[in-house]
Amino acid sequence: MKHDHTTPQPDPVATPSSRRGFLGVAAVGMAGILLAPGVRLFEIAQAAPAVGGASSKVRWGMLIDSSKCASGCTDCVKACNTENGLSGGTLPTDSQWIRKLEIKDTHTGATQSLPMMCQHCAEPPCVDVCPTGASFKRADGIVLVDKHICIGCRYCIMACPYKARSFVHEPLTQQKPDVPRGMGTAEACTLCVHRVDRGEQPACVSACADAGHGAIIFGNLNDPESEISKRVASYPSRQIRENLNLNTGVRYLGI
Amino acid sequence: MPRCGVLSVGGLMRLLALVVGLLLGASLPAAAQSTAGVSQGLQPMIEKARGGECVEEPAFMRRNHMKLLMHQRDDTLRGGIRTGKYSLKACIACHASQTSQSVNAEPGNFCQSCHNYVAVKIDCFQCHANQPAGIVAQQQVKP
Repeated sequence: MKHDHTTPQPDPVATPSSRRGFLGVAAVGMAGILLAPGVRLFEIAQAAPAVGGASSKVRWGMLIDSSKCASGCTDCVKACNTENGLSGGTLPTDSQWIRKLEIKDTHTGATQSLPMMCQHCAEPPCVDVCPTGASFKRADGIVLVDKHICIGCRYCIMACPYKARSFVHEPLTQQKPDVPRGMGTAEACTLCVHRVDRGEQPACVSACADAGHGAIIFGNLNDPESEISKRVASYPSRQIRENLNLNTGVRYLGI
Repeated sequence: MPRCGVLSVGGLMRLLALVVGLLLGASLPAAAQSTAGVSQGLQPMIEKARGGECVEEPAFMRRNHMKLLMHQRDDTLRGGIRTGKYSLKACIACHASQTSQSVNAEPGNFCQSCHNYVAVKIDCFQCHANQPAGIVAQQQVKP
């Protein structure tokens, strides 16, 4: 039944019943809006994170097998620099989002190689200490800096046990459109968040696989069916500085 | 009567009339030419966009673009929602100058011309690229 409020109603008795009728229809509609046959709003909310944004149902993580990581190979570092527009310099004032470390057992002389970057902790110290809230953890576990509100105090750089954060000391030009970076702000590995949101893997993971090493696996730690979850469940992987109880998203095999 | 002295009242009036006459005479032809203000930098010179229609009406965008960008930046960065309509990247892709390939490299470029006119500093491009994605890639390939 259709009512126009601007014109007088010929039959006032009909109004309450039609209103009640409308409310009933509205209530049915709110209870389960059927967008397409078999698709409800409830189901869309649980769908792929790329459309609805970062979801806490996902925890992005990496598993790095240091036995497959070749000493002297810097493919992951180069890929990171290219992807994110970093200079590639290694001075204390240059930004390094990922570094290659050579570790040595002083008793046996055995050496190992591994990449070190932001470990994307579940309990990140950089977020705890940030005075402005610029350092934050996304719902899917990626730790980022909101450079719009970073004041460049560098407290996060001091707090990080992995020496993963850098500070931009000089004005920058020619930044990548997907990776804004600027003077006076702290920055670190973003887990290539712009690629992850597109459904791709971080640049270092792709580069390592392309080079034939395949030392880094990227995936969703919350999904028991993902490759990374199966690996961490079946092999004893380690977190660096486990004693800090940070529950890092980046784990290592063979160290 | 001393020769050097104050200007008489009659002299002052004549001088005033002369100045007013000169000012009027100068301003009338300028007003007649509608583009004169633009060429003298009295109005912002808006460079033509590269394509299609803006995401909202230009009059609305002039007043509200900063609010739209501010709102969406938090959605994108903190929420990971990259499907928003008001993306700075999309603004730049469409509004970059055909000559400088940028929105703020030269005084006449899209963002810069208006911001110069209203004397508001743009902070966006301290961090964000001021050129479309393809252009940045080309320039970085060059030695």
